Amino acid sequence: MSNQRRKFIKDSILASLGISLGTNIVFGHNLPEGLELIGLGESMDNQFPGKNQLMTVLNDRPINMETPAHLLNDSLTPNDLFFVRNNGLPPVNIDPTKWKLTITGESASKTKSYTISELKSKFENVSYDITLECGGNGRKEFSPPAKGNQWSVGAVGCVKWTGVRLKDVLNDVGIKSSAVYLGYYGADTHLSGDPGKDSISRGVPIAKALEEESMIAWSMNDQDLPMLNGYPLRLVFGGYPASCSGKWLEKIVIRDQVHDGQKMLGTAYRTPCSPVAPGEKVDEKDMCIIEDMPVKSLISFPKTGATIKADQLLPIAGHAWTSGREITKVEYSIDFGVSWKEATVSESTNRYAWQHFDAKVSFPQTGYYELWARATDSDGNTQPMLLPGWNPKGYLNNACHRIAVKIS
Amino acid sequence: MEDHRYDTSDSWRMLMLMINLVVVLAVLAFMYLSLEDQINDFLNRPKYTQEQLDKLTERGEMAQAKARGDNWNLIENGIHVKTGLKADKDLQLVIGACTSCHSAKLITQNRATRSGWENLIDWMQETQGLPDLGIREPAIVNYLAKHYAPEEVGRRKNIDVAAIKWYILDLDDESE
Repeated sequence: MSNQRRKFIKDSILASLGISLGTNIVFGHNLPEGLELIGLGESMDNQFPGKNQLMTVLNDRPINMETPAHLLNDSLTPNDLFFVRNNGLPPVNIDPTKWKLTITGESASKTKSYTISELKSKFENVSYDITLECGGNGRKEFSPPAKGNQWSVGAVGCVKWTGVRLKDVLNDVGIKSSAVYLGYYGADTHLSGDPGKDSISRGVPIAKALEEESMIAWSMNDQDLPMLNGYPLRLVFGGYPASCSGKWLEKIVIRDQVHDGQKMLGTAYRTPCSPVAPGEKVDEKDMCIIEDMPVKSLISFPKTGATIKADQLLPIAGHAWTSGREITKVEYSIDFGVSWKEATVSESTNRYAWQHFDAKVSFPQTGYYELWARATDSDGNTQPMLLPGWNPKGYLNNACHRIAVKIS
Repeated sequence: MEDHRYDTSDSWRMLMLMINLVVVLAVLAFMYLSLEDQINDFLNRPKYTQEQLDKLTERGEMAQAKARGDNWNLIENGIHVKTGLKADKDLQLVIGACTSCHSAKLITQNRATRSGWENLIDWMQETQGLPDLGIREPAIVNYLAKHYAPEEVGRRKNIDVAAIKWYILDLDDESE
């Protein structure tokens, strides 16, 4: 940094301090560069504990942050780069040794509580690589716009989760035949501070809860869950909107009806039961709960804006994921979809883990290009190049990811 | 006259002393001239290591950013710096009504028509505990509809080419 800029910064600090103190700071210009006045300096604590400063903050109350696409290049997302979608305020002063998970509800045979160490010792410990994606990831592109956090492409990540199978715990409690749905309650508090209100209390159909990969997890990538991702305990459901995977998990209810907790009703996490025109008004009764997330992919290398020489091959890399069995194909196009070439796709480590793709791309001549990627899964589903079906709340945008490249 | 014999030995001693002094001074002066840069560097040596300096500068910048962010009235390029909201005569009404419950970022990142913003206020009143805005409501809705209106972008917007930071991708031995 140039001395001039330093001087400018120092001058403006002094000026602004002077203004805020209502006085000039005598001899202020003799202060050594960069030194703060005693009594004015405040430590700049990280507002987002455990999170990388390069995250894109969409909202600071509640905290919502997504990961820039090029920082999602790791095969498993580092904990400090995993997106955050909070609905309320995270709990404080957590003592994991005292933490209790209670299972109850109309369709639970009894009410039973477990400490975390009881969960660890009583049930088989399992690890799965599972992709979680916010139901509203990609909302930013919908037109007419939908209200809410304007996620671009980075409300997604895949980590190694460690915990116990939810079904093992549910079976230990006992599930009545009347069971339809599972709901969760967490220790986070409503933004208004009203203790009678839950910030979010969603869930999944009982069949989803009993899947092999449905987990109660205490660890991400062999470390404690980050505070903002649900420390010390959370649910993990692959292939469903991440809002189903309750954080700061304290209570699970086995319901004999579709769970009616906060953000299960109305229009939250729902799309029109039958397709509508863009901008059409949809009655609440015609909105259906989102279950499976669509097939999707992301180019994580290079970062958009790469410039290379005409004789160079461009290495590209990224991930693809689906709520179906697996990704079978990832293609890329450099001519706006006129022609597609296949990338190499890795095997899936387990269901709901994202798979990696890479390719070396050649360009016919100099100029501006867009690199588009689209994945296809084992059900034959693929990604649209335009926006998928418009919906009032802007969910499920799986339009192909695009980056810009220049050949000079 | 013999008594007046001039004792020259003292004068000689004096002369030799002067010559010695001159030589010593000349040597010192020569040393100073030849080592001037090193001596100055030593006297002016930095009191902090580069690492410390970097850290101090960083803290200075952070303090400045904070001072800037803490200034409630600062408006730059038509934007209220503290909240990021567009400056307007009704700005304080909007700050008062909205930001006690949620971040101003929830406003600035959203776009809606007048009726869209009205519906949103209704929804917050019905489900999120927002009290009746009374006579302030028309001004607040006007502000939102004026400054945060949607733009027509069709089925898919172009990549925001103006926002791209172009860079040379160093491929080294990556490409064959």
